Amino acid sequence: MTEASLSKTPNPQLLPGCCGLGCPPLWASVLTAPTMAALRLLSVWTLLLTVTVCDGWLFDGFAARRHSESDEVALWPLPQKFQTSVDAFRLSSASFQIVHAKESTAGPSCSLLQNAFRRYYSYIFGNGRKHGKNLENVFDADLAELQVQITSADPECDGYPSLKSDESYQLEVNQPTAVLKAASVWGALRGLETFSQLVYEDDYGGQNINKTSISDFPRFAHRGILLDSSRHYLPLKVILANLEAMAMNKFNVFHWHIVDDQSFPFQSRTFPDLSHKGAYHPYTHVYTPADVKMVIEFARMRGIRVLAEFDSPGHTFSWGKGQTGLLTPCFSGSSPSGTFGPVNPILNSTYDFMTRFFKEVSTVFPDAYIHLGGDEVDFSCWKSNPDIQKFMDQQGFGQDYRKLESYYIQRLLDIVSTTNKGYMVWQEVFDNGVKLKGDTVVEVWMNNNVDKELQNVTGSGFTAILSAPWYLDYISYGQDWKKYYTVEPLNFEGTAEQKKLVIGGEACLWGEYVDATNLTPRLWPRASAVGERLWSDENVKDVGSAYDRLVKHRCRMVRRGIPAEPLYIGFCPHEYSGN
Amino acid sequence: MPQQMSQSTDRYPINPQLLAFSYARDSAAQSGCSVLDAAFERYFNLIFPDFVGGTGLSNIWSEPKPFTVSVKVKNGECDGFPDEGSNESYNLSVSAGQAVLKAESVWGALRGLESFSQLVYQDDYNLYFVNKTEIEDFPRFQFRGLLLDTSRHYLPMPAILKTLDAMAYSKFNVFHWHIVDDPSFPYQSRNYPDLSSKGAFHPMTHIYTQSDVKRVIYHARLRGIRVVPEFDSPGHTQSWGKGQPDLLTSCYKGKVPSGTFGPVNPTLSSTYQFLNGLFKEVTSVFPDSYLHLGGDEVDFTCWRSNPNVQAFMAKMGFGSDYTKLESYYMENIVNITAALNKTSIVWQDVFDYRERIPMDTVLEIWKGVPADYRAELGRITLAGYRVLLSAPWYINHISYGQDWRNAYTVQPQNFSGTEQQKKLVIGGEVCMWGEYVDATNLTPRLWPRASAAAERLWSDEEKTSSVDKAFPRLEDFRCTLIRRGIQAEPLFVGHCKHEYSGL
Repeated sequence: MTEASLSKTPNPQLLPGCCGLGCPPLWASVLTAPTMAALRLLSVWTLLLTVTVCDGWLFDGFAARRHSESDEVALWPLPQKFQTSVDAFRLSSASFQIVHAKESTAGPSCSLLQNAFRRYYSYIFGNGRKHGKNLENVFDADLAELQVQITSADPECDGYPSLKSDESYQLEVNQPTAVLKAASVWGALRGLETFSQLVYEDDYGGQNINKTSISDFPRFAHRGILLDSSRHYLPLKVILANLEAMAMNKFNVFHWHIVDDQSFPFQSRTFPDLSHKGAYHPYTHVYTPADVKMVIEFARMRGIRVLAEFDSPGHTFSWGKGQTGLLTPCFSGSSPSGTFGPVNPILNSTYDFMTRFFKEVSTVFPDAYIHLGGDEVDFSCWKSNPDIQKFMDQQGFGQDYRKLESYYIQRLLDIVSTTNKGYMVWQEVFDNGVKLKGDTVVEVWMNNNVDKELQNVTGSGFTAILSAPWYLDYISYGQDWKKYYTVEPLNFEGTAEQKKLVIGGEACLWGEYVDATNLTPRLWPRASAVGERLWSDENVKDVGSAYDRLVKHRCRMVRRGIPAEPLYIGFCPHEYSGN
Repeated sequence: MPQQMSQSTDRYPINPQLLAFSYARDSAAQSGCSVLDAAFERYFNLIFPDFVGGTGLSNIWSEPKPFTVSVKVKNGECDGFPDEGSNESYNLSVSAGQAVLKAESVWGALRGLESFSQLVYQDDYNLYFVNKTEIEDFPRFQFRGLLLDTSRHYLPMPAILKTLDAMAYSKFNVFHWHIVDDPSFPYQSRNYPDLSSKGAFHPMTHIYTQSDVKRVIYHARLRGIRVVPEFDSPGHTQSWGKGQPDLLTSCYKGKVPSGTFGPVNPTLSSTYQFLNGLFKEVTSVFPDSYLHLGGDEVDFTCWRSNPNVQAFMAKMGFGSDYTKLESYYMENIVNITAALNKTSIVWQDVFDYRERIPMDTVLEIWKGVPADYRAELGRITLAGYRVLLSAPWYINHISYGQDWRNAYTVQPQNFSGTEQQKKLVIGGEVCMWGEYVDATNLTPRLWPRASAAAERLWSDEEKTSSVDKAFPRLEDFRCTLIRRGIQAEPLFVGHCKHEYSGL
């Protein structure tokens, strides 16, 4: 009766003779964009190194203790350049500190870093650990502190992360201090996460870290998670917990699909009726301005942008409840049927509303981009409406309703442009030939002809992000994370210039079947697979070694309070203890 | 949905301050009845989730009329355990100021209290009401089980206890505890402590101690739920071998042992001595009259490779038919179980091998598409055995969309056979195998999908033939589950008045 016959899922193959961090595919990632020849040369070198590291004599004589537990360490996503040895240092919960380096341009007034220091200290030692109880002397082999050094003149402590933020960092773990260098706080945050992942617990409950050298940067600048708070309302707690999990996986964009047909939980100051009448409940199922602020600040502290989406002209059924006259009345024969379709694109009042609404939105959300949606517009209602038909005639659109859609989007884009924001749109907007500003980001979501679409979008000079292969709401039995992991975003035919225009991707968890009850385990660690694809070198693609690291990474998330579901049979030393 | 139910629009207010549960004067169970005393306390809190000890707003405004739930039980059974013969029928009559609940046993009373709790609702001002109602109810099937697998992933105690709570809300009455399997052996045996100290994922943190097991049985009993443990053998026993040397068959590569192990070694008398000892313990720990012996998916390759097994085959005259060896083994352990006065449940494989097993053995069907399991239902019942159906309810198999509809539309007695045969279908089980499930995702994966199967096993088939009619009821029910702290996932877009507030 059991699954063995049904799911002969092979246990992921271990590479023979491969000891944890010394695995060849991992070492291959030491290279950055290597030529083939160099790669071959280096792979010989890496193999050698792998063996020697496993045997443990390469770095012999460096420091006091050696540890066989380097396989306890599982970095996720894997850094770009990376070297470690078996020499281990201990971290004392009583004396270990994360501090600003003397040379750093950031200091104790940088609350973003101060908060991060505290957060990562408790990730490393657990929350409950008492200070000062450990009366042991500091041993030679102890790591006394981690110094964080911000090198730019402006550390951006009080800024917001952006598409152009520099997230690179260098980390040197050596005795007696480890040094983390980054141009800005954004890179420091990523480096702190990596540092915390390097620390492992020995059999006596002590915290250890191996001598390590890392130089890291993201492969793609836009690494997003989409959550949908319209199909189901997501309590703030769930959103914040997932921002926390995003930071653990080095995601940097929270794409907040905040409203849609089903409900309008965003509480607008300018148009309070939108949520008052359009939310599932006007008080319990809304995001107040304070809530939104909290999400944005919580995300900022973790180097995550909040990209709000206000999708129109379709997917707006809930808007109509609080804004009469906004939606197109559908007709049944010659009389209105009482139902409504997409936003009414022929009325000036529509554009007046949008002007005022997006003016507010652009001040509420600090990010340089707004997502304007533009997907899946159903033309049947527009077709039924005589006023629209008349307008179509006037404009000379004939029967091509895509032209009407483009007309609407065009005007909307012009409105948003006046707020000095860039915009993101779903691929249909591009497909329908709407004139777009040069800095528009086109999100490719349709899972047929992805390569062709990427080719077209980038061929036209627009930047693109990819979400088509990563619709995580589509669940299936078994280890579907492998499918997400093995996607190569730049596999389409195009010039190097074109490939540079693909700036990243997003894992989307649409909300039809998801709410607070099942969101977190459904998202993690499946989204982690996408996280590594978007951060690590393209050569990091061995599913077997990824499995080993991801198993440990998910246990780490569980330990940090995120109910990330299991990949397969097994256990975590500290199981999720629930709520 | 109850078997018979009539309701009117007459509604009666219920004031939390003035609601009382009481035993009818002529009830066999009276105050001090552990099962019902605990149930009264439990259901008070379930009925009034926002009751805060007298200062709640709802109390001020609701009418100061008392409401009494009077319970009459014919036979006590207050200190007993639910079992196969338990009578779960009840009658519930709600009228002005009172509800009268009559049941044969406390187990029926528990089902009736659950129904009553589901009848009470809050209006827009948060006042509580119940409508005039008459219910006559009994289960369609006596065995309504849910399987959890604590071997592929260890499930911490709170996850198991919470599942038992939710089972009671859906009127499940059997917790099938697939407690051990290949990956780990978390059951801490009194007589064979090495089984868990060497076979569990971790000897201290990933085990069920004797007191844990007692607690599960106790928690289940108070909810009218039987606990049927499964000790699956001879296959699915890799973890047993770690703490019990020589139990498993040593596999050979050519003429030498390869160092790997196969199923339990059926040729040694030490094997049966051990199993006799283990089952003796297990049957004393678990009070239920059933013991699940597994018997599924035995891989014969290791047996074939072993020269001692080959010699035994020759001696027994089995030729090269290894199903006979498996039969020999299963017969032995079924007999051990029978000698301990327990009824065996085994997976269908045991029947398929045409083994000679006692007629009171229960077969559980787990394989195949509807055509297959229907044919198997016909064959097994024709042979006169009782049968459980779980094949269509492997809800660990997830897919996108509303797959609860598939679980709902199963027809367990829709196979060709006589009335007599159909009666041999004693129920079914929802199975949540553990390959991809642990405490992080168990609850939303189980509920409300398992509730769909629960209605199929309890309610009248004709009255619940429409999936679309079930949809809004199940939507409401899942919000009820959330209100009771069970993180049941949504069926589709929408919302609950009180959303789940955990993580």
